[in-house]
Amino acid sequence: MSEGPLWEVFVRPRRGLSHGHVGSLHAADAEIALRNARDLYTRRQEGVSIWVVPAAAIVASSPDEKDAFFDPAADKVYRHPTFYEVPADARHI
Amino acid sequence: MSTDLFEYCLRLGDDALVAAQRLAEWTARAPSMEEDVALANIALDQLGVARLVLTYAGELEGAGRDEDQLAYLRDDREYRNCLLVEQPDGDFGVTMAKLLYLSAYQVLLYTELTTVDDERLSAIGAKARKESAYHLDHASLWTVRLGDGTPESHARVQAAVDLLWPYTHELFRADAIDLVDAAALRPRWLTTIDTVLAEATLTRPADGGWAPAGGRDGLHTEALSYLLAEMQVLHRSHPGARW
Repeated sequence: MSEGPLWEVFVRPRRGLSHGHVGSLHAADAEIALRNARDLYTRRQEGVSIWVVPAAAIVASSPDEKDAFFDPAADKVYRHPTFYEVPADARHI
Repeated sequence: MSTDLFEYCLRLGDDALVAAQRLAEWTARAPSMEEDVALANIALDQLGVARLVLTYAGELEGAGRDEDQLAYLRDDREYRNCLLVEQPDGDFGVTMAKLLYLSAYQVLLYTELTTVDDERLSAIGAKARKESAYHLDHASLWTVRLGDGTPESHARVQAAVDLLWPYTHELFRADAIDLVDAAALRPRWLTTIDTVLAEATLTRPADGGWAPAGGRDGLHTEALSYLLAEMQVLHRSHPGARW
């Protein structure tokens, strides 16, 4: 049996959290992919919701573009909210 | 001690135990790694039910036998599983057709079991029916894909459906020992099976043919002896062996 296309698996660990990427798998179609994901990635109660996405549908940044994509953010400290005083009595900020 | 209840627990537990052992034979041999894990998960679900029921059976018997002694130290004549679960797996189609027949039956059986007047068995039924619902889902998906797949897969899974059909009649031959009226489950079981087979473009075999039975009396096909030999050899060669 051919392994079928590659699928990326995203699992939401709990209500209120977002889906996170957990891995990938092979399956012939979406329904089988979803069930395979259930068996491979949630058998120890890791999640309450699963997404499977065809790996081919994901557009990813390339390592070659790393400099152009991510380096310009390195020297822009003003993007971090560190330029105001936190009132002493304000907790949990 | 309730002999009838002990006997009934052996029927439930042995169905699950033998099904688990057959499914586990696919481990490291399944068509894909993903399916390998899926079948092992289902096998472990079945084994989990078998352990609970056989432990309970041992307590009911009151002769000091635990789940291991019941599983590893009984011969085929003492096993009470239906003939369906002991049938060998020729190909993946046979495995899926067998799982379809079995899980469609177990979902209904375990659901009814939740209402019986026995706390232990009703709790086991409540746990097991959710697992069986997933087994049915898995078997249904694959039956549809094999049946409505290529001419080769269609022919092979139709052959599997035909091959195993006679053994399904035994599931619904209830007697006074059964806590659940199994005969009454058959119409609903047929509805499930018909829906899946129709979507899979498969033909359900006609009723009225050969309907072997005897598993509940310990009269098994020779396939069970080989299965038990493999399952029991370690325990019998090294009594009390532990990890």
